[in-house]
Amino acid sequence: MTLTLDAPRIVETRPLLEVHGVSKSYGTVQAVRNVSAHAYPGEVLGIVGESGSGKSTLLRMMNLEEIPETGSYTLDLPDVSGNLFELDRFARRMLCATKIGIVYQNPHLGLLMKHSSSGNVAERLLVAGERSFATLRQAATEALEASEFPLDRLDAPPIELSGGMQQRVQLAKAIALEPALLLLDEPTTGLDVSVQALVLDTLKRLQQDRQITMVIVSHDLGVIRTLADRVMVMRRGEVVETGLADQIFQDPQHPYTQQLVHAKL
Amino acid sequence: MTQVLEIDRLKKGFSLHHLDKDIPAFEDVSFSVAAGEFVLLKGANGAGKSTLLRTLYRSYLPLAGEIRFHSSHGVIDLARAADVDVAHLRRTEIGFVTQFLTARPRVRAEAIVAEPLRLAGWEPEAALDAARKALATFGVKPDLWAAYPTTFSGGEQQKVNLARALILPQKLLMLDEPTASLDANARRALVARLKELKDQGTAMIGVFHHPDDVMHLIDRIVDLTPDAVPQEERDDVAL
Ligand SMILES: Nc1ncnc2c1ncn2[C@@H]1O[C@H](COP(=O)(O)OP(=O)(O)O)[C@@H](O)[C@H]1O
Ligand SMILES: Nc1ncnc2c1ncn2[C@@H]1O[C@H](COP(=O)(O)OP(=O)(O)O)[C@@H](O)[C@H]1O
Ligand SMILES: [Mg+2]
Ligand SMILES: [Mg+2]
Repeated sequence: MTLTLDAPRIVETRPLLEVHGVSKSYGTVQAVRNVSAHAYPGEVLGIVGESGSGKSTLLRMMNLEEIPETGSYTLDLPDVSGNLFELDRFARRMLCATKIGIVYQNPHLGLLMKHSSSGNVAERLLVAGERSFATLRQAATEALEASEFPLDRLDAPPIELSGGMQQRVQLAKAIALEPALLLLDEPTTGLDVSVQALVLDTLKRLQQDRQITMVIVSHDLGVIRTLADRVMVMRRGEVVETGLADQIFQDPQHPYTQQLVHAKL
Repeated sequence: MTQVLEIDRLKKGFSLHHLDKDIPAFEDVSFSVAAGEFVLLKGANGAGKSTLLRTLYRSYLPLAGEIRFHSSHGVIDLARAADVDVAHLRRTEIGFVTQFLTARPRVRAEAIVAEPLRLAGWEPEAALDAARKALATFGVKPDLWAAYPTTFSGGEQQKVNLARALILPQKLLMLDEPTASLDANARRALVARLKELKDQGTAMIGVFHHPDDVMHLIDRIVDLTPDAVPQEERDDVAL
């Protein structure tokens, strides 16, 4: 038995993101069961667990795409208050567009595959109310550049791009409005190992330059290890263990986490 | 003397569930380290030296006992401190030097070394200047300063690693065999830097492959060999 940890005493800032006691079922499948999670400003929270453990469902809740049956969600931001799950559809949309960015494993979920790449990014800014063409083009270019997208392909539609480049377009779209929270669902799964390393490197760089709070979901421990400060391990819709990333990898406590870590070694 | 760390009846072991096995590492470890003190950990291979350092850094979770750290925010028990508090202290007051550099692709050697200063609020140019000086001190050639260490030799990577780990004086510094794979010059530079940090008040706990290197810095020796006399004052000890 290890010791029970105290509440924070030195760090006095509140978590940027707090999710409390969320549950969600699809028919007879309980995808997420009474899960709580938090992320401090500038922190990268990694969520790991085998396929079907409820990671994507939880992330969709954080993006307000999915409203759970129980539980609450708060973001500690100016002009944002209360349980976000109770917002109406319009307020939810606006909040997502301006404060939250998301990158999905499947680029079809995040992009219009036949529109230009810069247009995909600019669309995000349009939703938030920007109308000047020059500003749109400029902001889209900057976001694509920060995502290390090759600027000679600005007008290429995602459908003509490689998987790695499609993820960079999604990333540019996600960060174009400098969101307070960046959600990443298996952002490198399915990419070649070498391409995966480059995309991870871009993410790491962005995190360091901009100190964006991130939640990254992956079944791949290597990805989580590269990026996360803190790790939450999920199994069958429940959290089995959380801890500092190095502790989870070097001294996992739960039998399931030990099995995951050893399988990887 | 100003206490920095008071370790009290600390216990660590590992439960390996798939083997249905409990591996004890150590128990009842108690000792303190004051500002400017240097404690050498000794004990045979497998005695638990690395495990103790990692437990103090909270890469490992202790099973029992207390690790009272006198932080600039007051005394905090690292055995029970919240993860965010531990993460904060690692950025600001507690350092750990190992044998390994975590080189990141496309990050220059000088930027890796400057990073702790940047996180502490230094201006970019001042941080880079200090980083280049530190690299020079450890004998990294100037043409490597702006290169990416991913392709450096083991020895060169270790110099970058040390320059980074030792650039910002910290309240508590742990060292796990930092001299492995270092040439004689770099070893001298390391020892000189440790002396500087000690004089500035850093409390240090270290494991050294060649304790002769740091002989003159050692105030106390803690022996983790089971049934060993737990602590010996430096004066009574023949190494
Ligand atoms: N829209 C849905 N309709 C029905 N079942 C779903 C839906 N989304 C997820 N599930 C189920 O919920 C469980 C958790 O899925 P998911 O959150 O995608 O897990 P993960 O991302 O960890 O692989 C799975 O059993 C999955 O089949
Ligand atoms: N992460 C770990 N998981 C399981 N056992 C470990 C782990 N780390 C260390 N041990 C065990 O703890 C004991 C002490 O090891 P270690 O601290 O590395 O010794 P030393 O550094 O003194 O050579 C050994 O039996 C080792 O196998
Ligand atoms: Mg998923
Ligand atoms: Mg060791």
